[in-house]
Amino acid sequence: MTGRAGVVGGNRGVGSSELRPDGAAKVGGAFAYAGDLRVPGMLHARTLRSPHPRARIGRVDTAAARRLAGVLAVVTAADVPGVATYGLISADQPVFAATEARYAGEPVAAVAAVDAATARRALAAIRVAYEPLPPLVDPGLAAEPGAELVHPDGNIYREITLTHGNPSAEGPVAVEDSYFVGMQDQAFLAPEAALVVPAADGGLDLRLATQWLHSDREQIAACLGLPESLVRLELAGVGGAFGGREDVTLQIHGALLALATGRPVRIAYDRVESFLGHPHRHPARMWFRHTATAAGDLVSVHARILMDGGAYTSSSPAVLANAVTHAAGPYRVPNAQLDGTVVRTNNPPCGAMRGFGVPQVAFGHEAQMDRLADLLGLHPVALRTRNALRPGDVLPTGQILGAPLPAREAIEAVAARPLPPPLTAAAPETALPGGRATAATHSRVRRGIGFALGYKNLLFSEGFDDASTARARLALDSDGVPFGTVHSACSEVGQGFVTVAGQIARTELGVERIELLPADTGIGSAGSTSASRQTWMSGGAVHGACVAVVDRLLARVARSLGLPPEVVESPRRSLVIDGGEIIGTETGTRLPLAEALADGGPVEAEYTFHHRRTTALDARGQGDPHVAFAAAAHRAVVDVDLDLGLVRVVAMALAQDCGTVINPLSLRGQVEGGTAQGLGLAVMEELVTVGGVVTNPTLHDYLLPTAADVPALDFVALTYPQPGAPYGVKGVGEAPTCTATAAVVAAIRDAVGRDLRRVPVRPVDLVDLSALADPAGR
Amino acid sequence: MSAGPAGPVDGAEGDDTEGDDGWEPLQYHLNVDGTRRVVSGARLEESLLTVLRERLGVTSVKDACEQGRCGACSVLLDDRLVTACTVLAADAVDARVLTVAGLGASGPAARIQAAFLAHGAVQCGFCTPGLVVAVTDLLGRRPAAGEQEIREALAGNICRCTGYGRILAAVRDVQAGRAPGGSGAPGGSGANRTNGVGGA
Repeated sequence: MTGRAGVVGGNRGVGSSELRPDGAAKVGGAFAYAGDLRVPGMLHARTLRSPHPRARIGRVDTAAARRLAGVLAVVTAADVPGVATYGLISADQPVFAATEARYAGEPVAAVAAVDAATARRALAAIRVAYEPLPPLVDPGLAAEPGAELVHPDGNIYREITLTHGNPSAEGPVAVEDSYFVGMQDQAFLAPEAALVVPAADGGLDLRLATQWLHSDREQIAACLGLPESLVRLELAGVGGAFGGREDVTLQIHGALLALATGRPVRIAYDRVESFLGHPHRHPARMWFRHTATAAGDLVSVHARILMDGGAYTSSSPAVLANAVTHAAGPYRVPNAQLDGTVVRTNNPPCGAMRGFGVPQVAFGHEAQMDRLADLLGLHPVALRTRNALRPGDVLPTGQILGAPLPAREAIEAVAARPLPPPLTAAAPETALPGGRATAATHSRVRRGIGFALGYKNLLFSEGFDDASTARARLALDSDGVPFGTVHSACSEVGQGFVTVAGQIARTELGVERIELLPADTGIGSAGSTSASRQTWMSGGAVHGACVAVVDRLLARVARSLGLPPEVVESPRRSLVIDGGEIIGTETGTRLPLAEALADGGPVEAEYTFHHRRTTALDARGQGDPHVAFAAAAHRAVVDVDLDLGLVRVVAMALAQDCGTVINPLSLRGQVEGGTAQGLGLAVMEELVTVGGVVTNPTLHDYLLPTAADVPALDFVALTYPQPGAPYGVKGVGEAPTCTATAAVVAAIRDAVGRDLRRVPVRPVDLVDLSALADPAGR
Repeated sequence: MSAGPAGPVDGAEGDDTEGDDGWEPLQYHLNVDGTRRVVSGARLEESLLTVLRERLGVTSVKDACEQGRCGACSVLLDDRLVTACTVLAADAVDARVLTVAGLGASGPAARIQAAFLAHGAVQCGFCTPGLVVAVTDLLGRRPAAGEQEIREALAGNICRCTGYGRILAAVRDVQAGRAPGGSGAPGGSGANRTNGVGGA
């Protein structure tokens, strides 16, 4: 899909490629991100972190730091007036480590000083008596009965046993293997930052980058011992998120320092602190056994998944539920035993990242499907189309799959796309694996093609009512021109909600000019900007609020026109807003919208959108846990240098189940970005820990895909409307991240003929170094 | 809570207090976007990025890695593309520093900015000021750069949101608009041209 088909010129409503309202400020550099905020007299805060993955903490001596000129406050665990811990699901993460540090990078103290350099010197002056203890960093050991406990709450965050059909049933053809997914980081480009300003009423005003204002407020207020009404949050410019801003990081530290000093405090991370400060994507060890009939119908899937949640809970229990319930992939599986455990270790905490447990299992189940196809002598696409889920099928949880879910269509569509031309001897070195610096020898490059099919749940699951509230208003501006105002606490993190909200309001209110108020806690929660949910949920709230505004206005007009009570009751039957006028559909009467608003004053409404109810998983992993799903299929084409083990991703194609498209341009941006992050996990992105310590917390050592690494995306949008969602939308951000990794690795396998059981794939996984060690081989 | 002894309370951004290490505060001038700016109380080891953002309040230059790896702080230093985080501010004293804000409201940079907007090359936007500077530099030097050359040239600017597709589309669009009167039609420069203008 290339964009604007079907959109009437000049239409800036739903379905148009309306441009971002914040775009002009962003391209000019004027857009204020959280880290750009400055106020006179503000202090600069820094955080002291444990260098040890596990250590008993004795005395924390802050006296020398406090004596430094320019240091205004030092806070430690002893200074937390409210609840000492916080967390998204279970409040087990200390604001500051008090008696024991459980991961390398855990905050121990924070300081506020007149400038950043003084704050840094103050950190160096704090003396912490650490007694290092042997860290428990192997998730397998942490899960064993009798393992030493990392935390009094135990080492098991959650265990799920899912039994579907007859798990003992077996087909005649079986494949079985183990897989590993490394720790990926969200690596949003703007590091964490907040500006905290103490208020005269004893409360605080925070301007910050976050994914979920109201969740932050709840956790901050509890730790400060303040009522939530005294903790006011406003979203500042957010430079990407991808799950990494769903947890509280620096918010409480900054708030404590602002209260301690009575001064505004700027708290911000540099890149190293950002890598240490937020939870990452869960590393996963996975075992799968797939069996099928000789014809290629899946008979059973068994999976065991072990995820490393690190030192504190974050969203680990929900991530595990996603991993387990999606472990068989978007396939009809009559029998399954899907078991998962997420454990506590002394590794860095892991939590939400785009895909939320699904990219890990998609890598595993898609590797299995390829091996099964190979064993059966089927094309990988043929095996997938044969088994692809259809609406009405029973999922392993017992949930009946709703419509639409064009999984089969997605894999067929992607397989039908034209392939890139073959590599020729004339290709420049920049087109080869390794690029200009370490270009391959043409004759030693092998091309491979790989496919992956996946699906991802949309919105929050397992009975959670992640409602979203929005307010809309129609009024006249000072020139007497009608305009709309929309208020939502939805975090705009770059995804384009601000664009979508304006489009929806324009379409429903029938006016051109829409003003979006800043996202803040002055309105009810919009829920988190995660789980592919905001276009559906907060889009639904904006839609509902705008519809209510128009209903009220039309009812008022109907009353003033003396129309019968049944019209006043349902005014849309007889009145519409079109072209700035209220038109009687039967009478043909026309009333300028401006006149209607001038007569009766502005109209305002608030609306809270709920998705359909879901249920928790029972003891056998059964239930109706997910609101809906989106399917995606990728095809990847790679060139591999057989000598150096370097990979170049030559082409990517994606077919995705997108629902109704609100903004084709934004959609394309989402799927291209999601694909790039999946590509990164396939071939380069891994936060490496040794003994619990992250060894590469910089952008020098944690590699992100560049413009030279990510090929153009050939994209096919499948646009079947989703029931229960405004306009029939689906969330689109996560599905492509779930399949890109698996497709790229499948293509590498196809090129080199090796079993690749871990991501990211490293050169050492592709090159046989033993030949180099053999003297006879020289 | 432990409030410390009162320091120089109203110390603004630039008013670093003298530290234990006995450093000598520096005073010098920088030419930023055509304006002579006074820098005072600075430390010798401060990067151009630190001085621009923290002493002069030029926050359009973004701070994301401080290692020259992400390109978010790309500026032109005497018309050379540099990452401000890897240049000592004191070394820029006699140079012209151009940030995204100084590239001009008309001319090539404005066309690049308009194309970024029109093609959806901006999501979170944190990489955008640096990318606009880098693209301005690239198209100034190599107006007819081919796809592969563009990708290599922009590989120093990380974008985490877009996957680069819309950024590439924006660059090609600027090239196409420039081609009729430009110094070289696309592909005519001997660059490693692998894809046509307006593709994808």
